Amino acid sequence: MTERETLSVELAASSCRVWRQGTGRKLGFLAGFGGLPRWVPVLDRLAAQRQLIVPSLPGFPGAEGFRSLDSHLDWLLAVHDLLQQAGLDGADLVASSVGAAFAAEMAALWPGSVRRLVLIAPFGLFDEAEPPADPWAVRPADQGALFCADPARWAELKALPEGANSIEWPIIQNRANEAAARAFWPLGNTRLERRLGRITAPTLLLWGAADRVMPRTYAQRIAAALGGPSEIRIIDGAGHLAELDRPDAVADAALAWTA
Amino acid sequence: MKLMWFHLMPYTELPDDFRERHPSVWVDIHSSLFDPKRAHVMYNDFMDELEYAASCGFDAICVNEHHSNGYGLMPSPNLIATALARRTTDTALCVLGNSLALYNPPTRVAEEFAMIDCISGGRLIAGFPVGTPMDTCYAYGQNPSMLRERYLEAHDLVVRAWTERETFAFNGRFNQQRYVNIWPRPVQTPHPPIWIPGGGSVETWQWCAEMDYVYCYLSYYGYKAGRATMQGFWDEMARLGKDRNPYRAGFLQFIGVAETRAKAMDLYRQPAEYFYGRCLHVDPRFATPPGYVTEATQRAGLESQVQKAANANPVLGSTTGTRMQSVARDMEDIVDRGYVIVGSPDEVVAQLSEVATELNVGHLMLLLQFGNMGKELAQYNTRLFAEAVMPRMRGLFAEWEDRWWPQPMAREARVTPSAFHPGALAAE
Repeated sequence: MTERETLSVELAASSCRVWRQGTGRKLGFLAGFGGLPRWVPVLDRLAAQRQLIVPSLPGFPGAEGFRSLDSHLDWLLAVHDLLQQAGLDGADLVASSVGAAFAAEMAALWPGSVRRLVLIAPFGLFDEAEPPADPWAVRPADQGALFCADPARWAELKALPEGANSIEWPIIQNRANEAAARAFWPLGNTRLERRLGRITAPTLLLWGAADRVMPRTYAQRIAAALGGPSEIRIIDGAGHLAELDRPDAVADAALAWTA
Repeated sequence: MKLMWFHLMPYTELPDDFRERHPSVWVDIHSSLFDPKRAHVMYNDFMDELEYAASCGFDAICVNEHHSNGYGLMPSPNLIATALARRTTDTALCVLGNSLALYNPPTRVAEEFAMIDCISGGRLIAGFPVGTPMDTCYAYGQNPSMLRERYLEAHDLVVRAWTERETFAFNGRFNQQRYVNIWPRPVQTPHPPIWIPGGGSVETWQWCAEMDYVYCYLSYYGYKAGRATMQGFWDEMARLGKDRNPYRAGFLQFIGVAETRAKAMDLYRQPAEYFYGRCLHVDPRFATPPGYVTEATQRAGLESQVQKAANANPVLGSTTGTRMQSVARDMEDIVDRGYVIVGSPDEVVAQLSEVATELNVGHLMLLLQFGNMGKELAQYNTRLFAEAVMPRMRGLFAEWEDRWWPQPMAREARVTPSAFHPGALAAE
């Protein structure tokens, strides 16, 4: 395995961190709610077999400059430009939660830009009869239990690293929540459902069996609307951010799907 | 100085076990607690109280905007202010205010405020709060990451709508209107005085200074808690080279006055404990939507916490919702902390004069009805204050000019609304 590299991609209004590790065919990873304030085990598992490229979306840890993104179109173009510049055009994509909503949009709008797709409990849909939880109306102490089956996984993700700036670190975490809010407030509904039929890339839908944010029935709903082949797999012992709870299971499924 | 009578219009019949059985007074308060037939009585009592305050000689009567809120029954303060305009003559009407980002298009605010200004003959004070997280982001679904930008743009649009003579196109980031041309237009020129209720953010102070607007600190926690904020405001004014004209500022204070302190403690205990116990019971999950507090303010809050080494769980800036979590809820504490100034007229004069001079505030907004206080007690509190406190406060700050007060039409040019006699026409 190669050493991890940290690169930067400059967009019109944002500067975005891109991690790169591993060799072989390219595989992109877009993080979920809260972003990636630190490297996490699922990335090691993916990078062990592929050239893993992890761009940080505007506003999420490692990337600033999201407050000029006012509309969904602004966001989609920013994410598209980011993936292109990160070298992910035509690559396989694994994406979670809010990142998965954007990955699905890329595959819908620029069909050639994504080869095979792994979506982990994507945002973007809203069913009044079975609404997702409100991720922005959570007491700080309850966040871990909302996003992960094991709240300790969330706590590990968000813990202040030794030597980090204790003032800037919480602001960065809050900025990630704001960036998600800017793109998905108030319901998480970007009307992605209308565009799912445009997705022809083979798509694996992964869902934590203990997802407390996105109802599991959304997996069937998405699968039924997709324009290409798809499969649903439920990850036991995982919450909304299944890649944090069960990194091995998620990586195995993703690597097999994109093999 | 100016003494202004403020009403929040709290629902007065939340159950005794409200805190135990209900998660929040705001946003998702349950509809089963609201009885419209009781609200009929409450609204009319509250409007009687506001009119009574005007008749007692208060300089202004004040109303404000809240949504999905058990202690604030005015989603539209403009409706109340319009009714008050018809039933009062010289009192200023202070609407504090309209949360600009909630109106689409924001010219609605320019129109409605212009209507109130016309109906009242130029007695309107136009308040523009950003609005609390509970009102704006949760009850009204506004995006917290865009709220302030939308607010500032809406402000620009409203001021232009009031002042430009020709129809114009507004090509904003969030608002586009081809034909902006409001009818009616305000009586006051160039427009009604603009007051900004805000928290303690330095950006708001700087903006008020730049625009020459009144800054109002509407806290429920009295003068002791407000001291640091107002000190920060005046320090910033000094830094910007502004004078210390106390009329640059407004401050909210709860008051309970009676013949003696003992009687006041007795009379106002229940309404105060009702307000701080039930009305400020807000679910903390609605307190801090991400982006509502600017990063500069988050940073300032975190830095001061680090300096104090006081808090292991950093709070990213303080909002209306976060402040409500640590409120005192029994009368002795409420009074000790200065939330409510309670006492005989002499004691209230002494304390309130100290508040005004120490905080250097020329516009005191007084809550003389609070919690579940009934009309009779509210009117007693109001009358006693007007007779025994107000005359002894009025002379404060006489050396300063209040450049931010409404300029109504001349008294003789204003109409007197006809008296309403139900059934009179039918009898003719």
